[in-house]
Amino acid sequence: MNDNLRSSSEIVGRRLLVGTRKGAWILNASNDSRSWSATGPAFLGHIIQHMVLDPRDTRTMLMASKTGHLGPTVFRSTDSGATWTEASRPPAFHAGDAFGRSVRSVFWLTPGHASQPDVWYAGASPQGLFITNDGGDTWSPLDGWNDHPMWGTWAEWPDVEGTPDGSMLHSILIDPRDASHLYIGLSGGGVFESVDGGTDWRPMNAGCAADFFPDPDVEFGHDPHCVRMHPLMPDRLYQQNHCGIYRIDRPADRWVRIGDNMPREIGDIGFPIELHPHDPDTAWVFPMDGTDVWPRTSPDGVPAVYITRDAGQSWTRQDGGLPERGWFTVKRQAMCVASPHPGEPVAIYFGTTSGEVWGSIDEGESWECVAAHLPEIYSLESA
Amino acid sequence: MTADGDTLAMLLKDLDRQFPGITFRIVDEQSQLRQHMVIWIRNERCRDLTTSLDGVDEVVIMQALSGG
Repeated sequence: MNDNLRSSSEIVGRRLLVGTRKGAWILNASNDSRSWSATGPAFLGHIIQHMVLDPRDTRTMLMASKTGHLGPTVFRSTDSGATWTEASRPPAFHAGDAFGRSVRSVFWLTPGHASQPDVWYAGASPQGLFITNDGGDTWSPLDGWNDHPMWGTWAEWPDVEGTPDGSMLHSILIDPRDASHLYIGLSGGGVFESVDGGTDWRPMNAGCAADFFPDPDVEFGHDPHCVRMHPLMPDRLYQQNHCGIYRIDRPADRWVRIGDNMPREIGDIGFPIELHPHDPDTAWVFPMDGTDVWPRTSPDGVPAVYITRDAGQSWTRQDGGLPERGWFTVKRQAMCVASPHPGEPVAIYFGTTSGEVWGSIDEGESWECVAAHLPEIYSLESA
Repeated sequence: MTADGDTLAMLLKDLDRQFPGITFRIVDEQSQLRQHMVIWIRNERCRDLTTSLDGVDEVVIMQALSGG
């Protein structure tokens, strides 16, 4: 494989990095991935929005953290999570910022391009974008986004109507063929693209519904929940949106609602979407009840994953081994894949708001509970 | 602990010199006291970092352990 076409989904995946409302855990798999042991908690009581291994050195980890009173920050480990050091300059807007913005939480972390080994990006709430060039020790605002003349309009500032914990910037995607080609997702704004390393941006939401507007056919203002780029086919993006599941194959500029092919009684609302690292036609979602007042639990309280193996033309239910009833939510960064055994089916995992981690080592055909009784899970990444 | 400053902001700056990073946990990037931080000067709550410390020999910085 071209080294540029590596991604976090190519990480071996014998460990799971679990970010929760009350700290971080690392789950370690046995050789056959059938039993797990937990290390942790690290930073007990801290809210861990995201914990990510750097696929470029498979040793460095970054963690997006905050407490209720001490504000947001980033911790960094260079020994696979054994020890952590706080960033000496955490992500923050410029002092004297024209909008008076302060980072409420660091929400999303993405390692930079393979050619830029010490670069990482962070997405925040408010919907700012930050960059580090030294592996996470010192962070700077990415001015091309944060100070873009359209930012206040695109990001719906002030974000008083945003999502319950505040609108957040997430799904920072970097084209493995071109370090200057970026996508971002705004929970209050939509998907945006930059082809010049983040200096300029444009909305990319055509075809996506925005049912919460009087005119649903708007250029921006959408609510993507999770956007993924396929590492082997970077022109293919999938999106689980507030209003459906979509796919786009660039250079097309219009998303196709592949969620229309989901069973009507299930619908196509959810938070996470995850991709098969070796097959661009295969993706998993975790549908939730998007009716009534949006309980965000599985339809009828019956948890199930759905898989497509034909790029969204059809979907198949995968609930073998999952509980008959379960009233939890799977958050947008709480689903991940891993390839622990080369040549064998990939493993897929999800973490729940009820503190359980579920895993499948046969691409979703059967599921087992990997861990239970953890705090509310905010993120799950393989490592 | 001991720190110097003519104003609350200057006091926090000196505190940060001694303990790098501590001020950003108390004050955000727009020089606003974080939501659950409380500073007491002469038994009065204070959120204005320009407050003079002339004649003040004790500043109490407290944290409400919010969350749970």
